[in-house]
Amino acid sequence: MTTGEKCETLGRGDLEQLQMERLQSTLNRVFRNVAFYRHSFDAHRVNIERIKSTQALRELPFTTREDLGKSYPYEMFAVPLREIVRIHAASGTTGTPIVIGYTRNDLRNWTEYTARLLAAAGITANDVVQIAFPYNLSAVAFGFHQGAEQIGASVIPSPATLSSERQVTIMKDFKTTALICTPTYALRLAATLEELRVHPERLQLRTGIFGGEPWGDAFRAQLEARLPILAHDTYGLSDVLGPGVAGECSERKGLHVNEDHFIIEVIDPRTLAPVPAGEPGELVFTTITREGFPIIRYRTGDVASVTAAPCPCGRTFVRMSRVLSRLDNRIFFDGASIFPSQIEAILTEVEGSLPQYEIILDCDDRKDTMEIKVEVSGNMPALDEVRKLEHLRQRLARRVETTLDVQARITFVEPKSLRTQPQGNVVDRRLEPRK
Amino acid sequence: MLRIANLEAGYGSLRVIKGVSLHVSPGEVVAIIGPNGAGKTTLLATIAGLIKPWTGEICLQGRRIEQAPPEQIVALGCSLVPEGRQLFASLTVKENLLLGGYVRRRDQTKGDTEQALDGIYRLFGVLRERERQLAATLSGGEQQMLAIGRALMARPRLIMMDEPSLGIAPRLVRTIFKTIMDLRDAGTTILLIEQNARSALRIADRGYVLETGQIVCEGSARELLDNRDVQRAYLGKDYRTIDE
Repeated sequence: MTTGEKCETLGRGDLEQLQMERLQSTLNRVFRNVAFYRHSFDAHRVNIERIKSTQALRELPFTTREDLGKSYPYEMFAVPLREIVRIHAASGTTGTPIVIGYTRNDLRNWTEYTARLLAAAGITANDVVQIAFPYNLSAVAFGFHQGAEQIGASVIPSPATLSSERQVTIMKDFKTTALICTPTYALRLAATLEELRVHPERLQLRTGIFGGEPWGDAFRAQLEARLPILAHDTYGLSDVLGPGVAGECSERKGLHVNEDHFIIEVIDPRTLAPVPAGEPGELVFTTITREGFPIIRYRTGDVASVTAAPCPCGRTFVRMSRVLSRLDNRIFFDGASIFPSQIEAILTEVEGSLPQYEIILDCDDRKDTMEIKVEVSGNMPALDEVRKLEHLRQRLARRVETTLDVQARITFVEPKSLRTQPQGNVVDRRLEPRK
Repeated sequence: MLRIANLEAGYGSLRVIKGVSLHVSPGEVVAIIGPNGAGKTTLLATIAGLIKPWTGEICLQGRRIEQAPPEQIVALGCSLVPEGRQLFASLTVKENLLLGGYVRRRDQTKGDTEQALDGIYRLFGVLRERERQLAATLSGGEQQMLAIGRALMARPRLIMMDEPSLGIAPRLVRTIFKTIMDLRDAGTTILLIEQNARSALRIADRGYVLETGQIVCEGSARELLDNRDVQRAYLGKDYRTIDE
């Protein structure tokens, strides 16, 4: 990580010059190579030659996840497909996923700046790193995996689909020193440890690096009480990249944003104007080194604040707060993220029209559970036609599993028994105190 | 060392450089590659003060130089080795070199000048042999060495080279590139324009791709060598074998 360390402590003047150069060459490329951006810039009457500073970025239109959904599969790529060497996908708002392409240089950069975050959290070549994210289309596990390998740590791909018992056995026998997963998954492993009566002192574990869902300081305290770790937060862009955007250093007071690869903005989601420094708002990111899938002003839906105050660690990159809340109704479930609209699409497809429904998230000792309650309506079999109803139930469950990669229990309820709730159709009981 | 922001320049009403930003850090070799007519030579001429920019900033070691005359820019430590050498054909090799050190005439003793000359002769032995020969009688490669030597006489901290391998026998191209590496090792910062993108990127730390007056790509030399656009456009059909 020779270039990394140099970049992380660049003076602000040098960093701004670098950001401007990279931004301008990115804009020149997307304008030439990506029809979406050409049309979008033209429609907003922006001349990219007027973008003479990173602040001028504000003149450009935003990119939303709907835009990305419409580009399925490859419309947003800025290079021909044969230059892409890796493809991942993230769930879109509706039926089609967002497809993410990486060139060889993209992979190298991504590896480098993810390695940076891990190094900042204290990972070295002496660590044994257990990565318990799903190893599938999602980029999350792979991003951390490459970064940890780059540092020279011993990396165990230990997908979240393994049972908690096996995870714990690996952790104990392989002498895992660092655990990388979602915070809720780590809590589940803590519960399994207690259940199997494995005393934390029998573990080599000392570092936890978490991401993939928002979690607060109370959650951190709980994790650190139940596992022998220092827990570090990281931030990634699961829709368009994967991990590696920002992470906590040893100070653990904010996440350093890798500003030599990303430009961060904080906006008021209603007025779309920038918020004053230090105030919370929606995070907006622009990638400035990506070749395959460059993204201009992506609205993340994550709410956080950003500070430019110097950090005692010496890194000059600005720090973002931990994600305070989300603007959309995204569900973080089992290391994946899904939208209620995706479930609506399935219900509509299978039943012909959208019935009243409710999604209930809960957890038993072992794992997160999802229940989808669906009201029977006129064009569905009546509740007493048991066999037909059972058939429909199985079809829905299978459809959810095949499209979203999650297992949900479907239950039918009497017509008009579900109330429309102000907070939407999702009830999350996972973080409520246990009975 | 050098920092350029939003530079625009051209000739008459023709805009050639359309908002270029780039930087060169001390001790770096930075290559600018791009097709003919992209504005590479115009860019160097603008930095050297030969063309006045329309808008934008050029900072050399923290000092704004976009309005400075060429001789002052040389005196500030930035020398240009122009495309096609532009030597004084009817002067001798030594006279050409001495002219290169002209901006330093006030603060240099005769001994300093001799020392500088000696340094150039050590770098390019052939120039010592031909010291009294007219520049016009040198071969292309020797002329290029003379042009580089002339620029070095001003003891620049940043040396800009415009197509140093142009029109030179392949055997000598290798010598020229070797010289550039020696200069870098001696601590001189180098901004290089080259049609021979592969050779340039081999010795460069970083590079920029200039197309129709705009930077469309930037990165470490390795990144650019791995970039398929760069490979296709500059390392493929325009690629001429030098040392392979």
